Amino acid sequence: MSLSTLLLALLVLSSLAFYLGRKKALSAAGGNLRTLHSLPNYYGYYLALWAGIPALAVFTLWLVLEPQIVQSLVVGGLPEAQRNLSPGRLGLLINDIRNLASGNIVSREVAPGLQEAADHYVRLRDTSRIALFVAVLALAVAGLTFGRQRISASLRARNQVETVLKIFLIVGSTVAVLTTAGIVFSLVFEAGRFFVAVSPAEFLFGTEWSPQIALRKDQVGAQGAFGAVPLFAGTLLISVIAMCVAMPVGLMSAIYMAEYAPPKLRTVIKPILEILAGIPTVVYGFFAALTVAPFFRDTGAAVGLTISSESALAAGIVMGIMIIPFVSSLSDDVINAVPRAMREGSYGLGATQSETIRKVIIPAALPGIVGGFLLAISRAIGETMIVVMAAGLTANMTINPFHAVTTITVQIVTLLIGDQEFDSPKTLAAFALGLVLFLITLVLNIGALRIVKKYREQYE
Amino acid sequence: MSNSANGAALPRAAGIGSIFDARQQVSEAVSAGLKRRYARERRFRLYGMLATLFAVVVLGILLFTIIRTGLPAFTQTMIKLSVTLYPQEIDPKGDRDPQTLSSADYQRLVRDALDDYFPDVTARNDRRELFAMISPGATYVIRSMVMADPSLIGKRIEIEVPLKDDIDQFAKGKIDREADQANRRVSDKQIGWYQRLVDRDLIVSRFNTTLFTAGDSRSPELAGIWGAVVGSFWTMTLTLLMSFPLAVGAAVYLEEFAPKNRWTDVIEVNINNLAAVPSIVFGLLGLAVFIGFFGVPRSSPMVGALVLTLMTLPIIIIASRAALKSVPPSIREAALGVGASKMQATLHHVLPLAMPGMLTGTILGMAHALGETAPLLMIGMVAFIVDIPSGPLNSATVMPVQIYLWSDAPERAFIERASAAIMVLLGFLTVMNLLAVALRKRFEKRW
Repeated sequence: MSLSTLLLALLVLSSLAFYLGRKKALSAAGGNLRTLHSLPNYYGYYLALWAGIPALAVFTLWLVLEPQIVQSLVVGGLPEAQRNLSPGRLGLLINDIRNLASGNIVSREVAPGLQEAADHYVRLRDTSRIALFVAVLALAVAGLTFGRQRISASLRARNQVETVLKIFLIVGSTVAVLTTAGIVFSLVFEAGRFFVAVSPAEFLFGTEWSPQIALRKDQVGAQGAFGAVPLFAGTLLISVIAMCVAMPVGLMSAIYMAEYAPPKLRTVIKPILEILAGIPTVVYGFFAALTVAPFFRDTGAAVGLTISSESALAAGIVMGIMIIPFVSSLSDDVINAVPRAMREGSYGLGATQSETIRKVIIPAALPGIVGGFLLAISRAIGETMIVVMAAGLTANMTINPFHAVTTITVQIVTLLIGDQEFDSPKTLAAFALGLVLFLITLVLNIGALRIVKKYREQYE
Repeated sequence: MSNSANGAALPRAAGIGSIFDARQQVSEAVSAGLKRRYARERRFRLYGMLATLFAVVVLGILLFTIIRTGLPAFTQTMIKLSVTLYPQEIDPKGDRDPQTLSSADYQRLVRDALDDYFPDVTARNDRRELFAMISPGATYVIRSMVMADPSLIGKRIEIEVPLKDDIDQFAKGKIDREADQANRRVSDKQIGWYQRLVDRDLIVSRFNTTLFTAGDSRSPELAGIWGAVVGSFWTMTLTLLMSFPLAVGAAVYLEEFAPKNRWTDVIEVNINNLAAVPSIVFGLLGLAVFIGFFGVPRSSPMVGALVLTLMTLPIIIIASRAALKSVPPSIREAALGVGASKMQATLHHVLPLAMPGMLTGTILGMAHALGETAPLLMIGMVAFIVDIPSGPLNSATVMPVQIYLWSDAPERAFIERASAAIMVLLGFLTVMNLLAVALRKRFEKRW
């Protein structure tokens, strides 16, 4: 029996509980439904919750704790010599045991001791599964009987069911806070471990980035360098190029759509911009790496310029194209929010449409537009796939858009793809970069949201 | 406009004649500037048009290049072989033991069949080049035929097997015949043999079913997107199951029940901010917390779904709250007025009315999650996975990651397949967006 069967059994039990609870309530009412405190269905829900929730809680807790308990029991059963291995080698050993238990290929010769441990592991896991089944089903039945005893005509079933529901709603709304806490906690924790090995000053102000750390101490070039300034410079360069495309095009197309375009054209163009906004970034990355970058390289070669095939220009321009619809829709919203009266006042004074837009509407909408730009910049900085596919890997300090540069996000991805050890500075550096990225975008987002919100209140 | 300002500043005490003069002056000044102003107006308008046009043209170019690159991937060049299934090669003992049948040397049979076509090719190196024209998949085709029907052994069968990706590219005209031999992946000899096969009518082009039924492979002609589609399916299903109830719960609580206090303010700021956090940060969170701390299996749809759930939650919550806000208070008041509890009023009356809006937001959030790549790279969904995942805890990859992997490959055929995969992915996204639009149109209510 698998875990899904168990869940299904639990579901069936809960439905049964619903039926039983309803029946008990009806019989408690003795034909006169008015004597019941709540509607009969609520007694059903009440009992179903009693049957389901404690069992489900134990089920979840069990699944979370089981691997750790089983592992410590297996380790406890190992011979003395193996138990005192360093954590890393012990981890390898446990991995082997687990692989052996599930019939996979093992990285070492199968010693009898290992086989024994694997068997031990399988036994423990099977026992744990059986115990889980028994515990969950028993708890469900116990909850059912206990809840059933409590059902009487005067039981405030509706209130209790509603309380449980409300707790669920509250939990749902806390997830967002927990996520932020999780992000901050994990980034700060791992980055902290990184800063033990590399000083924050070196990381923030160093100008050399080469995170290649040798596996053995005596290898050549064992010393990695973790100065992140080239990454910041590369990120900035690509973001600036992107904003040079996205800001004018996005804003002008928003103005055109909001002020000039006839309604018919608007109904055609708006969905097109929405399509642009809905295209996954990996598709833009593909476009940048396989169409735009070679095009720039060949054009450059034709006019005698050396343009790298991983130039910042290609990545930046495609990123700008990606952000156009974002800028455009945000600007469109704020331009439309400018009160009609201001427009008409300006026309009344004899201003042309473009004069009205430039001297009345844009200044009035400016805070909102700036807020939109800030959000767009934050997106450009955090964008990953386009730069991973189209920008370079080597950290160059340059402001020449024809050269290859690398960015924070590219480095995070390259540091973390493939096998990683959680204790090497190389892996941990990714978290430090992530922390920087998170902080930058956080400041930009909060600033932007503030401005936009303030502006909105102005005209409401 | 500065012209009219001058006019207004004229002295008031002047006589009738001078006022007339002044008005004359003003209107002259205005009409003198008018031409320039209108030109500026036209220019400004043109800029707007150009900007919009730019966006449309870029979209056109993007789609055009992807379709142009991807279309050839939907066909595959095949070679007709007539293979003799010699019993002594496949099953020397004649007991039809599945073990023997599956480990027999089918490659040899394929080579024999090719030798029949080209008896003149005898040099070792030439033969190697000749055999390299056929995909290693040919042997699997024969094996599965024999395994399915052992009575074929001893007979001569006519089959169509895929050609190797380089020959396939050549057949599609993607390799320049005039280029120097060293610079192309097909040799002159292979071109000659290919031509002979064409002349004998042994080359056919078929719809590439492998693309839609196979998992990933090292050989482009054997690679398909089905593994990635199934991986995406599991990931999306789990994401939907986790994010929809949580998001609706959060939205209902914040809109209908939450008191206005500092804590709800914190939640609000959090949700708005999370919607703008770079997706890669969610990947780091997933790596540190779900894999590092809770020990969810790496590369599994489960861990992918957990990360995507956290990512899509704020999107769905914001949409759901907007939907709840648009339900007029009179609905709530009427329900409360006839004696419903707050919870009943919400669940029985407000929620059903807000549901279409919530579903629209959910579909858009899911479309966003379906195209997301970066956080999944962090949690190991980039592994090379051949098998079709059979459950949420198997190793899997998803469509956008498959596209990323293929577009990184040196073989042109993989680039083609990446484009084809993009077309399929965009197809899915279009369907989802149309669904959302239809839902909005069908159920939209103006109160």
